[in-house]
Amino acid sequence: MFWASYLLAVLAIALAWPVPVFLSRAQWPARSPFTAMLLWQAIALAGGLSMIGAMLVYGLEPIGDNLIAGLRALAGMVLLDAPTTALGFWHLFALSAAALLTAHLVFTLLLTYYRIERQRRRHRELLALLASPSAEGAGTVVISHDSPVAYCLPGGARSVTVLSDGLMAALEPAELRAVLIHENAHLSQRHHLLLWAFAAWRQALPWLPTTRLAQESVNSLIEMLADDVALKTESKASLIKAIAIVASGSAGGVAAPVAAGALSGGPASVPLGGLEAAAGVTGADSARTTASRVSRLLSPVPQLSASARGAVLACCVLLLALPTALLIVPGLLG
Amino acid sequence: MASLGELERAVMDLLWAGQAAATANTLRDQLALSTEAQGGTAGHEGKELAVTTVLTVLSRLEKKGLVERERGTRPHRYQAVSSREDHTAELMHEVLGSAPDREAVLARFIGSVTESEAETLRKLLGHI
Repeated sequence: MFWASYLLAVLAIALAWPVPVFLSRAQWPARSPFTAMLLWQAIALAGGLSMIGAMLVYGLEPIGDNLIAGLRALAGMVLLDAPTTALGFWHLFALSAAALLTAHLVFTLLLTYYRIERQRRRHRELLALLASPSAEGAGTVVISHDSPVAYCLPGGARSVTVLSDGLMAALEPAELRAVLIHENAHLSQRHHLLLWAFAAWRQALPWLPTTRLAQESVNSLIEMLADDVALKTESKASLIKAIAIVASGSAGGVAAPVAAGALSGGPASVPLGGLEAAAGVTGADSARTTASRVSRLLSPVPQLSASARGAVLACCVLLLALPTALLIVPGLLG
Repeated sequence: MASLGELERAVMDLLWAGQAAATANTLRDQLALSTEAQGGTAGHEGKELAVTTVLTVLSRLEKKGLVERERGTRPHRYQAVSSREDHTAELMHEVLGSAPDREAVLARFIGSVTESEAETLRKLLGHI
């Protein structure tokens, strides 16, 4: 029982800092975004499980040989007013922390959900009054605005893809198709659920490196996944042009820090080098995402081999199985 | 009979186009006129648009914070809280700005980029 809590703590620390740092610096996620996405989810889940589990197992150690017996004894103390003398200060502290952290995570998840839903509902209400239906099909509307803008607002059957006048005017039909397929991929692959979960994870534990790195990586991985869907039917040139036109057109409208432009070292002779450098200097998540998307399209690297993907998947399973086993197995053995 | 959503849209269009605040009665008359102008088929389909329906639509819009009513007068006169352009700007600010939850609320085709990155991309366009 005691060793289980130490192993869980070691796992929690590893998943909170070194593992996400290494993964966020790795190059392979761009070669297999889907696998990388699974790994980030496994890291987040296993991280939370081992954090709470370590405190729980440590706190229950004096009153039970395993988690089940410990929880039963604890329930007896709480419900039947049995004496709690077996638990020392630190045990009670760990148990309270485990309970608080669990409640905090669940509460933040729900709170984030309601906040996102409220913003989406407000946005949808305004769209219903301001946007007009588009010729591109059901679920697509056009808003009159000069900047080239394309986005989707998830909401089950009421999901809507929004295009601006400026975008329709700036893009060729093939480029517009690439944009629409990209946005529809976000909707059909339910990317908003991932964004919600990782936004809540970061909101709940903002000081933990893993939550920021995970959210940034997931943001950029879903863009790559949607790009890959668009590439199935549209040419790479159309997609790159669409990205370039939308990005260069929308830059003027946003209050971009002027200093960032000055810092990036004047006009870039090599297009991508300049782009990546600029992204590095500004440190903006979305800019880095755009840079990695374009470089991935311009200099394609082969998809990760099946065996490599298999190895990553095995890591995911192991990550989830390990804390679960550490929590449950002592009970089964005892 | 038009749905409440369509009526909300029609009422907002009238309020945005009009100069002064309007009463529910005036709005009803204008709505009836515009349905006639659209071919008249909607006119004989059912009963005429009731003032109470317009009031329902107005109170929904008021709850959404889109119209306000002048309380001093009877009957109440309604007007749009802000112009159509302001509301569009509000939406676009939500889309293009950097609100912390934005990434989770909606998925943009391209995130915000700085002017220098945009310049690089423009150069890139020349190469393709």
